[in-house]
Amino acid sequence: MSAVLELEHLRKNFGATEIIRGVDLTIQAGERHAIIGPNGAGKSTLYNLISGLHEVTSGKIRLRNHDITNRRPFEINRLGLSRSFQVTNIFPRMSVFENVRCGVLWSMGCKYSFWRRVNGNVEVQQRTEEILESIHLADKRHIPASLLPYADQRALEIGITIAGGADVVLLDEPTAGMSHTETARVVALIREISQHKTLVVVEHDMSVVFDLADRISVLVYGEIIASDTPDNIRGNRAVREAYLGTDFV
Amino acid sequence: MSMKGLLNNYGVWMVAALIILLVPIPFGSGFALSIASQMTIAIVFALAYNMLLGQGGMLSFGHAIFFGLAGYFTIHYLNWMGQGVVSYFPVSLLPLLGGLVSMVLGVLIGLVSTRRAGTTFAMISLGFGEMVTALTLIIVSFFNGEEGIQGDRWVGPEPLGITFGSDVQVYYLAGAWCFAAAVAMYAITRTPFGRMCNAVRDNPERAQFVGYNTQRVRWLAFTLSAFFSGIAGTLHALVFEHVGFETVDIARSGFVLFMVYIGGTGTFLGPVLGAVLITWLTSILSNFTEAWYLYFGIIFVTIVMYAPGGLAGLIFMHEPIWLTDPRLLRRLLWPYALGLASVLVALVGIIGEMEMIYHLSNDITGEFVMNLYGFDISLRNTVPWVICAIIGAIGLALCRKSFPLVAQHWHQVMHEARERVLQ
Ligand SMILES: Nc1ncnc2c1ncn2[C@@H]1O[C@H](COP(=O)(O)OP(=O)(O)O)[C@@H](O)[C@H]1O
Ligand SMILES: [Mg+2]
Repeated sequence: MSAVLELEHLRKNFGATEIIRGVDLTIQAGERHAIIGPNGAGKSTLYNLISGLHEVTSGKIRLRNHDITNRRPFEINRLGLSRSFQVTNIFPRMSVFENVRCGVLWSMGCKYSFWRRVNGNVEVQQRTEEILESIHLADKRHIPASLLPYADQRALEIGITIAGGADVVLLDEPTAGMSHTETARVVALIREISQHKTLVVVEHDMSVVFDLADRISVLVYGEIIASDTPDNIRGNRAVREAYLGTDFV
Repeated sequence: MSMKGLLNNYGVWMVAALIILLVPIPFGSGFALSIASQMTIAIVFALAYNMLLGQGGMLSFGHAIFFGLAGYFTIHYLNWMGQGVVSYFPVSLLPLLGGLVSMVLGVLIGLVSTRRAGTTFAMISLGFGEMVTALTLIIVSFFNGEEGIQGDRWVGPEPLGITFGSDVQVYYLAGAWCFAAAVAMYAITRTPFGRMCNAVRDNPERAQFVGYNTQRVRWLAFTLSAFFSGIAGTLHALVFEHVGFETVDIARSGFVLFMVYIGGTGTFLGPVLGAVLITWLTSILSNFTEAWYLYFGIIFVTIVMYAPGGLAGLIFMHEPIWLTDPRLLRRLLWPYALGLASVLVALVGIIGEMEMIYHLSNDITGEFVMNLYGFDISLRNTVPWVICAIIGAIGLALCRKSFPLVAQHWHQVMHEARERVLQ
């Protein structure tokens, strides 16, 4: 096994407040890694640092052999790391099909081409169709994304994230706000799409976490207090204390 | 491709080409043809402007600089050709050259202005607009101040006897370029860049996370828009054989925003509608009334408030209905006619009052007589004031009655269309 994503002594301040307080974390190739922790622990902030949305205050982020610290989001994306958002972040005025296709274009070498018809690119169309099939939105392809029901928007969020074929995928609370059946559908989807990928998922639903993850890291107040296999995490005292009074299993 | 397929895919374009070709037959007179030429120019500029506003979500208050500067360049180039300073370049291809000049300017200015979208972009565009307008008045040797510069498009060899000396020939030149530019701009909306332009407009944050540099996308949109604006500006210079600071100033920038917004930013057709309608209105209104700018303001505010999709938005609002069953539209005919008639009655009254007020405050003869709707009236007489007020009041009362009726029928028909689709 080899490390795909490495965080070294990562710190992030917003003004005087330190939100990420020295995080060291290594994600191995092909693993499904869950990050759990209470609300406000800094999980989304960690994603924002990795994906280039926010600048790090100090520390290093490495993607395979690239130093991606403070690189711009599109550069990091082109290196094969893609993320979803906790708050649905799609292209509301465009159709479902167009949304997914936007995720496909760069990876298919379309770049900024303003001289070739996008509909004429068979590979792009096929890839978009595949993604639509896998997120079960093929029959809603013409609907403007803003009109989709919430659960479908969350599926589309994942669809856009994986459309570019990134092999490191970061999902931020993909099942938040969903019913049991919807959650089951998304978990199946995540399992399917993460087959030959490295997956990092922030998730609150513990049954999902223990069902899906090969490894679990626990983030509390900007620090990783444990990073281990699900079984060991379950038995970890520090983790139990951090989650005291919640429905942690 | 089959005949039917051809018609489906290119029918609209064939009709457009046919219109451009046939216009000089009924409208061959100097005045009408000049308006037709202005329309083709306005269409190109409006479409170019909508590449920014509608497609890319960038609101510019200074886009006329790319229109006007290409115009200045063109006039100078014509004169230089006449003097033999520069080598001959076919006049029919000058729009390409003018477009390239504006494109280079677009690359440079866009580098600065497209780093940010939204308010920052709008403010920077305003700044550049003011700067260039000031320059046209400062650098007299190139821009010749308020007078502007003149040129003669009739230079060089005359292939097939085409000199562009006549109005018809220059109309066809503008028409051909209008057609080509419109096709090109439409094609661009269907490319990867065109799609990402929309994506960056809708959600610039997310666009970065699918691998696109949003600044690059905006910059490219800006550059391409400048190119097509330059084509429009060149055509303007060729048609009028004159350019002045009014081709670059804020008023022109505002006017194209007007056209595009009134026509509708959301569709490709919108700016075309706006350009044709506003050019036509300008030419007739400015003949009949001096207060026409006021009326434009009113139209603009009304559209912004009640029909933010513009005229095209109003038309395409009916798309679900005609896709379901065009016969349903017939049920909207008489409510619409009623609504429109009410508005017209109200307008006759209100415009009458405004014309009289305008005349009253601008009367330098001291006689206070004017011609309103073909009647010679004296403003000292209260009768015309009262009559216009009554007509206006009746019109407004009719509007209050007919608008709910229009809304009611609209909802009924929409409801029925939806029912039929769901069946
Ligand atoms: N852009 C920001 N500016 C200031 N504070 C922020 C910003 N983003 C997040 N925070 C703060 O950082 C903390 C962690 O937030 P977040 O990463 O969203 O937590 P989590 O995803 O673990 O629930 C919160 O207290 C939040 O208020
Ligand atoms: Mg979060």
